[in-house]
Amino acid sequence: MKKYIFRRFLQVLLVILGATFLTFTLTYISPGDAAEILLTAHDTVPTEEVLERTREEMGLNDPFMLQYGRWLKGLSQGDLGISYRAKVPVMDVLAQRIPMTVKLSITALCFLVFFSLLLGILSAIYQNRFFDYIIRLLSFFGISIPSFWLGLLLIYWFVVKMRYFTITNPNELKSILLPAITLTIPLVGRYTRQIRASVLEELSQDYVLGARARGTKEIKIIFQHVLPNAIIGIITLFGMSIAALLSGTVIVENVFLWPGLGSMALEAIEYRDYPLLQGYVIFMSIVYVALNFVVEIVTQYLDPRVTIGAERKIK
Amino acid sequence: MMKKIKRIFFLFMLCLAFSIIIFSFIAPKFAPNDPLVTDFQNVLREPTDKYPFGTDQVGRCIYSRILYGAKTTLSITFLLLGLVFLFGLIIGTIAGMIGGKVDTAIMRITDIILSFPDMVLAIAVVGMLGPGLVNTVLALSLIWWTKYARLSRVLVMSIKNREYIDAGRMAGGSPLKLITRYIFPNIISPLVVQLAIDIGSMMLAIAGLSFLGLGVQPPAPEWGNMLNEGRAYMQTAPWLLIYPGMAIFIVVCVFNVLGDTLRDVLDPKHI
Repeated sequence: MKKYIFRRFLQVLLVILGATFLTFTLTYISPGDAAEILLTAHDTVPTEEVLERTREEMGLNDPFMLQYGRWLKGLSQGDLGISYRAKVPVMDVLAQRIPMTVKLSITALCFLVFFSLLLGILSAIYQNRFFDYIIRLLSFFGISIPSFWLGLLLIYWFVVKMRYFTITNPNELKSILLPAITLTIPLVGRYTRQIRASVLEELSQDYVLGARARGTKEIKIIFQHVLPNAIIGIITLFGMSIAALLSGTVIVENVFLWPGLGSMALEAIEYRDYPLLQGYVIFMSIVYVALNFVVEIVTQYLDPRVTIGAERKIK
Repeated sequence: MMKKIKRIFFLFMLCLAFSIIIFSFIAPKFAPNDPLVTDFQNVLREPTDKYPFGTDQVGRCIYSRILYGAKTTLSITFLLLGLVFLFGLIIGTIAGMIGGKVDTAIMRITDIILSFPDMVLAIAVVGMLGPGLVNTVLALSLIWWTKYARLSRVLVMSIKNREYIDAGRMAGGSPLKLITRYIFPNIISPLVVQLAIDIGSMMLAIAGLSFLGLGVQPPAPEWGNMLNEGRAYMQTAPWLLIYPGMAIFIVVCVFNVLGDTLRDVLDPKHI
């Protein structure tokens, strides 16, 4: 097991290295001239001479691999460069924005786990009855609705019409509610279906029949027999939701003017602040890969069957 | 009995989807107004006879813009899906057939691309290369081909050692013939199911990027960027939000139902 974790860890590091390469290449081939953007951000109209000198200073005339190596070295020391626009280290800007996005994502994740488990289990219990059809219909709508439209409708209804919320102050506790709901609903739709399917699969097993024959109460069967057996699949499922959550934050933050990483990335694009955009992309990728790794290890730990298979594969 | 109902329902959805596609291409003929012509006498008008869905902040007809937008959204969606499907199928088949180092190399590349949450990578590509339609197509293809490559690779690997493939090889079939005659027909249905399921998500991705101002650029009508332009007028002119969003929602619903029913018909094992 330890050997396996270590091996996977090395693979994860390689993948992250690949991700940094991809990110740097994208910046390298981007059409803008970094020196010009930097100087224009300082409100000066640079002459060709100044431009050339800045390019030299920034190392933009060096070969690609040298530039990449230098950038990677900085990255490994936590130095992502200086934001063109804010003129402070990218790390500082990130550190300022990260808590907002984390807060939003974690709230959304809690909603997601609670509602998709609840609806998925209910839907499975009431299979092919009225309640099941309603839940399935709603989860289908959840999958199909564009999150930005959902967000705008929620704002229109709860902020403009009912005046129940304000979205101007993100530090107010209840202001997180609408963005988190918007982020959650499309995912709840998706995961309700999958939880329903995995609970139904467990319910068709012989041990459930046995438990029923012994007169065990249905609710006890669900909580004591079915859920523990389905839990690994469900954890994997929520692990996969991380990508969707992180992806979703961009649009939701934009809709609700939530000052997190997503809004920051869009501002970075608007001002062609490449170091900041790079920082965002690298950060998101590392978080995503690391969380996936953790989820994988946890599921391995919980399920001995997977471990055996995986170790066989290693040999 | 149940199966028959499902088949009929599937055919119905297929007709509906096709009529949406066909309609989107002839839609401009039904548009009462030019989607780009501004009318400053009629700014932010409520729906009337002349403007069935009202007008936007510069007096353009929302109904006409939605009709033109249908063509934009659908053609980009199908163009993109065609691209990633073909590319993924070819790369995945190569990886699955050859195996070994080629396979490992291809899989590592997909690992790297999949190490980004998809929207984040899309934003990175479009953001660095510059907003616009071409870069949006580039970004989404860069991400999505990996899905089809991985799926086709697994499918190819699962059947490449079957007896009938060996028989084909012994009968002197060239690798190309083996692939096109024996392998593709046997792996195509799960791939098509996946393709059908992805239509809705692809539309949402395109509209989402346009909504963020990165995809289709104004003044070209596209549902996502119409919502982006309209949101500032939410208080006074909610129809700027309601109709374009409704259009995306309905079309995505139709294609999602189509994908689900296609899966039921072609792949009955799936729950």
